[in-house]
Amino acid sequence: MQPNVLVVDDEAAFAKTLAERLALRDCRVTVALNGNEAMEVVQKIYIDVVILDLAMPGLDGIATLKAIKRIKPQIEVIMLTGNATTETASEGLEMGAMDYLMKPLDIESLVELINMALKRKSWREVKTQAEP
Amino acid sequence: MNSVPPSQTERIAFPSPGKHLMNYRRIWQTVVLLTGCVSLIPLIFITIVDYQVTQHAIESEFLLRTARVISNTQRAISFFLAERKSALNFIIKDNEFNSLLSAKRLADILENLQESFGGGFMDLGMIDSDGVQRTYIGPYQLEGKNYKNQEWFKEVVDRGNYISNVFMGYRKIPHFVIAVKRNLPDGSFYILRAAIGIDLFQKLLADLKMEGQGDAFMIDHAGTLQTTSWYYGEVLGKPPLPVPNFSEKSEVYETGKTEEDRLVIGYKFIDDSPFILMIVKERKELMEPWFRTRLKLITFLIGSITVILTVIFWTSWFMVKKIKIADHRRMISLHQVEYANKMASIGRLAANVAHEINNPLAIVNEKAGLIKDLFLFKGDYAKDERLISLVDSILASVKRAGTITKRLLTFARKFEVSIQKIDLIKLIEEVLGFFQREANHRSVTLKLTAPENIPEIESDVGKLQQIFVNIINNAFAAIHDGGCIEVTIKPKEEYWIELMITDNGGGITKSDIHRIFEPFFSTKTKSGGTGLGLSITYNLVQEIGGKITVESELGKGTTFMVTLPLSTK
Repeated sequence: MQPNVLVVDDEAAFAKTLAERLALRDCRVTVALNGNEAMEVVQKIYIDVVILDLAMPGLDGIATLKAIKRIKPQIEVIMLTGNATTETASEGLEMGAMDYLMKPLDIESLVELINMALKRKSWREVKTQAEP
Repeated sequence: MNSVPPSQTERIAFPSPGKHLMNYRRIWQTVVLLTGCVSLIPLIFITIVDYQVTQHAIESEFLLRTARVISNTQRAISFFLAERKSALNFIIKDNEFNSLLSAKRLADILENLQESFGGGFMDLGMIDSDGVQRTYIGPYQLEGKNYKNQEWFKEVVDRGNYISNVFMGYRKIPHFVIAVKRNLPDGSFYILRAAIGIDLFQKLLADLKMEGQGDAFMIDHAGTLQTTSWYYGEVLGKPPLPVPNFSEKSEVYETGKTEEDRLVIGYKFIDDSPFILMIVKERKELMEPWFRTRLKLITFLIGSITVILTVIFWTSWFMVKKIKIADHRRMISLHQVEYANKMASIGRLAANVAHEINNPLAIVNEKAGLIKDLFLFKGDYAKDERLISLVDSILASVKRAGTITKRLLTFARKFEVSIQKIDLIKLIEEVLGFFQREANHRSVTLKLTAPENIPEIESDVGKLQQIFVNIINNAFAAIHDGGCIEVTIKPKEEYWIELMITDNGGGITKSDIHRIFEPFFSTKTKSGGTGLGLSITYNLVQEIGGKITVESELGKGTTFMVTLPLSTK
């Protein structure tokens, strides 16, 4: 199954390059350059995993995460951070993010996380359908 | 630290601007001087005043006492003479000339006088107006002896009575003469003359209880001794004293040049006689009570000064020491705060730098990654090993730079958090990582030995990091290029973990090792050491409930042993 990935980062050069690399690894990738744009995307198209930068101007990573989880709680979020402030990352994890990665990142680790996220998501969906 | 030769070691002074305020020796001297002056000046002043007043009082007292003795003795002697003169006057007035011509009558009178006056009267004679001794009772044959031309006869004729100087006379016994005259209606007269021994005089003077080895005697107006003198010899001798000037009152004066020779002399001219009563005392003997009082005063003064100075010295020393310790603590706290602020600033700076670098680094990483992906996925250049290796080299460099920024961020983060669970091995690896570049540059071997089962500890990671950075920094200063620093971690007892940081540097001298944790003690003053690193380290170890000790051997190296509790609780 081809994962639908949304890359959210205010650094266009980073976001677009990462999107291209993920596309080469069989991902359907959309790019958003800020939190608001990301919200529009998740509302319009089906997204499995969001790669979300925490440090962004305007609607920052944590606020975007909250908003995504509010409207689409099934979407898995992998956070990216440029600094090692574990408090922010921990806050994100408490709000339902799946994991976080430090920049500069290792693409293979990211792909691995995306695959894990997909598995988690499908397992959760199966569980949700079974429960009612 | 221990790489510096002991000769170069010196105690670092307090950093300015507080340096001049912290001259404790000066503070101590000022306190001692001020309190000493305030306490001792009144004491010395009062003692001097008391000294003078007491000396004056004692001197006045003995002068007064001497004058009193003179006065009393003079009265006794005057009475002695007046009594005998009055007796003779009574006899001459009670007995007619003819009656006294009777030897028997005169002998009876002499006997009565001797009995009544208890001796003293040696003979008795009656002399007519021609100066001829008509009757005489006494040990010699003096009847018919003519005294008309003698000085005393003329005087008694003129004045009516006469008391002579002491003289030997025919009998070679010191005596003096009292003569009284009775005028008759026909114009003639007769004289009653008695010789009186000086034994009673001597007894009277000897009975005076003289203090201060005193001597009481009499001289005549020519300065000849009239009684025996203890100082100046027998009767009729010449004492080496000047004849005092006439005075109606008792007089006391001092003579002699040196303190040893000084004499206190009291005298009184005895009325109607040629006698001068003299009392001579040695001043040093009289002053004996004063010397004793003076000794007590001086002993009291010296004792008081000693006690006061001892108390002042000790109290000032104690107080200044307390101030010094308080100042040291304050300085350490200030330096700790300053150090912590500095490290926090460095931390913030590191975090900003790392963050700012991380973003472009991430772009470089993705771009290079994409190039490699394109090579590999498109297949055009998949077999071009040179291109692939170039891209790999870029990616490796990015990864290296990423590791550095992560380390910087980790370093910065350590200054923000407090108590948390810490993997000591990881922490020491991070600390050693900071020094890796210097170690490579100086060919220093950094070794970490730790068993696998080291438990995590609960502590302040920032403080721990600071502690080990300081100790390892110190070790780096101690070793030569090519040296070795080894960190060994091992559990100690049930709740402790011991870390030993050993270097193979020059070691620390025995005199320095006791002072190594003292604030401002440094052997690196020439190279800019503040002397605070190990002091701060010591305090930090204390703050997290640990212990730090040091062992060193000159020429072999130094080991710092840090024992940490598993939990700070």
